[in-house]
Amino acid sequence: MSAPNKSYDPVEVEALKPEEIERMRDEALAAFAAADSLDALQEAKVAHTGGTSPLALANREIGALPPQAKAAAGKLVGQARGATSKALAARQTELEADRDARVLVEEAVDVTLPYDRVQAGARHPLTTFMERVADVFVSMGYEVAEGPEVEAEWFNFDALNFTPDHPARQMQDTFFVEGPKGTTGDESGVVLRTHTSPVQARSMLDREPPVYIVCPGRVYRTDELDATHTPVFHQIELLAIDEGLTMADLKGTMDHMVQSLFGSDMKTRLRPNYFPFTEPSAEMDMLCYVCKGTSVGNPDRPCRTCSSEGWIELGGCGMVNPRVLVACGVDPEKYSGFAFGFGIERMLMFRHNVEDMRDMVEGDVRFTRPFGMEI
Amino acid sequence: MRVPLSWLREYVDLPATQTGRDVQEKLITVGLEVETVEQVGAGLKGPLVVGQVLTIEELEGFKKPIRFCTVDVGTANGTGEPQEIVCGARNFAVGDKVVVVLPGAVLPGDFAIAARKTYGHTSHGMICSGDELGMGDDGSGGIIVLTPEHEVGTDAIELLQLVDEVLDIAVTPDRGYALSLRGIARETAIAYGLPLRDPALLDVPAPNAYGYPVEVSDPFACDRFTARTVTGLDPDAQSPIWLKRRLQKAGMRPISLAVDITNYVMLELGQPLHAYDRSRVQGAIGVRRAEPGEKLTTLDGVTRTLDPEDLLITDDRGAIGLAGVMGGANTEIDDTEGTTTEVVIEAAHFDAITIARTARRHKLASEASKRFERGVDPQAAAAAAQRTVDLLVLLAGGTADAGVTEVVAPSAPRTISIPADHPDRVAGVVYGRETVVRRLQEVGCDVYGQDELIVTVPSWRPDMTDPNDLAEEVIRLEGYENVPSTLPKPPAGRGLTDRQRLHRRVGRALAGAGYVEALNYPFIGEHVFDQLGLAADDPKRKVVKLANPLSDEEPALRTTLLPGLLGALRRNDGRGSHDLALFETGLVFHPQDELLVAGRLPVDRRPTDEEIASLTAALPVQPRHAAVVLAGAREQAGWWGKGRPADWADAIQAARSLAAEAGTELVVRAGQYGPWHPGRCASLVVVIDGAEKVIGYAGELHPRVLKALGLPARTSAMELNLDKLEAASSGVPKGPKISTFPVATQDVALVVAREVPHAAVEAALREGAGVLLESLRLFDVYESGEQLGEGRKSLAYALRFRAADRTLTVDEASAARDAAVALAGERTGAVLRS
Repeated sequence: MSAPNKSYDPVEVEALKPEEIERMRDEALAAFAAADSLDALQEAKVAHTGGTSPLALANREIGALPPQAKAAAGKLVGQARGATSKALAARQTELEADRDARVLVEEAVDVTLPYDRVQAGARHPLTTFMERVADVFVSMGYEVAEGPEVEAEWFNFDALNFTPDHPARQMQDTFFVEGPKGTTGDESGVVLRTHTSPVQARSMLDREPPVYIVCPGRVYRTDELDATHTPVFHQIELLAIDEGLTMADLKGTMDHMVQSLFGSDMKTRLRPNYFPFTEPSAEMDMLCYVCKGTSVGNPDRPCRTCSSEGWIELGGCGMVNPRVLVACGVDPEKYSGFAFGFGIERMLMFRHNVEDMRDMVEGDVRFTRPFGMEI
Repeated sequence: MRVPLSWLREYVDLPATQTGRDVQEKLITVGLEVETVEQVGAGLKGPLVVGQVLTIEELEGFKKPIRFCTVDVGTANGTGEPQEIVCGARNFAVGDKVVVVLPGAVLPGDFAIAARKTYGHTSHGMICSGDELGMGDDGSGGIIVLTPEHEVGTDAIELLQLVDEVLDIAVTPDRGYALSLRGIARETAIAYGLPLRDPALLDVPAPNAYGYPVEVSDPFACDRFTARTVTGLDPDAQSPIWLKRRLQKAGMRPISLAVDITNYVMLELGQPLHAYDRSRVQGAIGVRRAEPGEKLTTLDGVTRTLDPEDLLITDDRGAIGLAGVMGGANTEIDDTEGTTTEVVIEAAHFDAITIARTARRHKLASEASKRFERGVDPQAAAAAAQRTVDLLVLLAGGTADAGVTEVVAPSAPRTISIPADHPDRVAGVVYGRETVVRRLQEVGCDVYGQDELIVTVPSWRPDMTDPNDLAEEVIRLEGYENVPSTLPKPPAGRGLTDRQRLHRRVGRALAGAGYVEALNYPFIGEHVFDQLGLAADDPKRKVVKLANPLSDEEPALRTTLLPGLLGALRRNDGRGSHDLALFETGLVFHPQDELLVAGRLPVDRRPTDEEIASLTAALPVQPRHAAVVLAGAREQAGWWGKGRPADWADAIQAARSLAAEAGTELVVRAGQYGPWHPGRCASLVVVIDGAEKVIGYAGELHPRVLKALGLPARTSAMELNLDKLEAASSGVPKGPKISTFPVATQDVALVVAREVPHAAVEAALREGAGVLLESLRLFDVYESGEQLGEGRKSLAYALRFRAADRTLTVDEASAARDAAVALAGERTGAVLRS
């Protein structure tokens, strides 16, 4: 509060007439309303609310008024300045909103532009599919076991009850590794494993029963590459050794697998077959996941996936031959087990409509990319 | 095994309504893999009749000889007039009986017959060959000429048994008995619950001393030899149509009556037989192993040098047959001259392994060896010989000699003892003793006992040796499809191992960084090491070799992933994908210093740890590697601006990201190694057990390598040993302590000689800055002779300082920075850029 003005100035007092204050206020309001940009508003703000604006000057004059006039003039000027700053703020908000709207429109982009700056990578579907199958069993409590790809014949054949004269041991199917000088052909006792089954034998030797393992991996046979064969392919092997395991357990486990991979209405079928390392042995089929068997005897709705057979051959399985248990140090009187193996390529082919085996081995990025990180 | 349904019905009274498909389904349920049911003569429609050739006019002036014939077909053509037919075949004469197809008929393959103009005449039908009727090869090479007794006008569809169904069964190697009609009939009878007429149940005369002399000197390899003689054979006698047709449908070619009969009996009973022309056998028939260097010319005309393990049939002159595999040419039945009137029939039983090895050794798989390898019923030999004798007497007018030779090594039938509930425990199904016993009896076993069954297996099932074999018989006959579905309860698992998790993370990290996985074959040729520029003594040149590679160009296994991966890169590039980033993880193979033979350990017990170690010592070292290759653009040009070519830095960064996944401290140093550009190669170093170890290389490839392998310019690559990266892992990451006090940032630009690596400057800065340094980042590298002087470069770093317990003052941060710069100056000659 300034000190009372004792030197009374009649000229200045003139300025505080109510009409004058109202005029100042109206001029300010008009100037604000007329400002069509934030810059113009800024100018108007300085002119009408700044330190040298008429209302500010008028405010300063109040102190010079005789005491009896001060209250009325103060009220008058205060009201005018209140109205002015309120109008200013309103106009400010209005103009800022206009500006924002305009700028955001100007900043709009074409969101449909591509952004393939770095091409996406991908893992091979054989890898990810093996992981997916393995995970089904891992979630049941199985563990993933691994073994060497160049393997001793004993693990690949003998321990699995392939007798020395079994046709599968011959050189037309099996890659033999060269032995030391003085040996020829198949005498090294070392082969490229022809199946993932040697991991069964290794697992039984490494672990105490019960054994529940699954073994995905690369295997080799002397087939030339064509649309349906490759000398290097992948299998997944399952082995369960425990007290009292039965074929029913084998079937239930396989049912669970195909349900996990192909849907809850899937099932499997066993057909007798022969493998040296299982007895009884079976061929395992799964219901065709496409037609669910409805194409059988229904020429109007043929099924390409299963050739209208209704079933798709998956692989071989059976109860582990007690002779294999003996060779691997498991007591066949106490334990029994089941095993199962199938080719990953084949399952990938029918699960994902891959028509040519060569696509899976040639590493063409156009084939692999769409499979992404997981399948 | 091809089984004509009409033949099968001879042994099992199948309901007439049962089709081949029905039988197929039944047999599949008992475990025979019936792959197909062939509809023989499908779509065949008459009139197809016997005709007699009346006249033949040779037509002249055509490119090939053509005949215009008239043929009497009786009333089959509706008129009784001779049928006019144009024919290109020449193996018939006037008066011959032939098979005529008339207009309106349809032959197999939807071949509709109509009268048609040809060679200037109208041909009203055709004179048929076996091929045209879908009969298969009859060896005649022309049209069918029937024996004269067939009447003109007879329906030939019936006569030639042209319509039938043939089951094609894939027989597993354990079930040799199923390579016979007898075996398939037994399974069929069981599947239908019908009685079997066993064709081996024949009256056989007792052996006597008058038979053809036989001396077996190796009774292990030949435990049974039956010899019978038939004399007075009509050398002109031919196989009747029914015999030929059954052979043809079963997939065999008719040859001559005697041979056809032995083949027929083999198909029927599963017993391979051999007929010798008696006039060409000199002295006693012997069975012995071959002498070293001995030779034999087999029926196929090949002269073979024999192995001392080969089992031979001999006479006084020497070898006359490779036992159980193939006869010799020197005692062959004469089917061209037609002079054989006396035969000696051999029905013997040979050791499966001996025959298998001989067949394999001489690459000579015959119908006989196929059966002996899989097991033939030794008890059926006498019946098979008798059946052959009977047919020779019946069809060739022969006389059975009274002499019967049987050389038999005594053997006891095999018995197996099982608990009566053994099949139940294998299957997880309660069958009950009664069912178990009944099923075992059905397959031919004799069964005694109550809770413990004593089972005598039939002579035709040498595959049944173990309790589980018996269980399988019960379970398959009760139906695999009736085995229920239960889930075992494994003990709680521990999930994936750290190593397995790392392998997955490596793949995800690289794929996440834009790399595409390729799984390449591990086969390489050693010339690739020259192309990769490996030194002559590079250990990677030591390879594991295959004894039987698919290609002689690639006889070895990879010691590095690069050849396969670079091959995939080149293939993609050639197919028009030029911006490439590929990765692979997989095993490489290094031979042991000393090559060893992996022994054959016993299988009747657990091998000892030493025995297992001996196998391991014979296997190559097989570490897992990870590798990447890049070419073309790493970042594409686009509306956002310029692209960026893939280069050495990407390759090295791939190694860094793998190290990060493994939780391993990776040191990158300037390095030099074979395939890489000597100035753009990093060696990748980790510390394992306190010692530094180079685990791989990364960078741009050497221009010479790019040229030698035909790769795009500036192709870059990284390869490292993943097992070692994992071994160097520091394990579980530790949670860092986060300070919330404000950060103080200081930038410095240091000028150093061009050769000074950033890593050295960084290390000095870090050490000099001390504990207050939170992080340091190189944000610019600048070279300018003008501004910095020749051979100098400027490295600009952003240093961030922060204390755990207080806000740093400007002076504190500056002091730390100055200390950092000072140490960098001392260590690397760095000076602050002014």
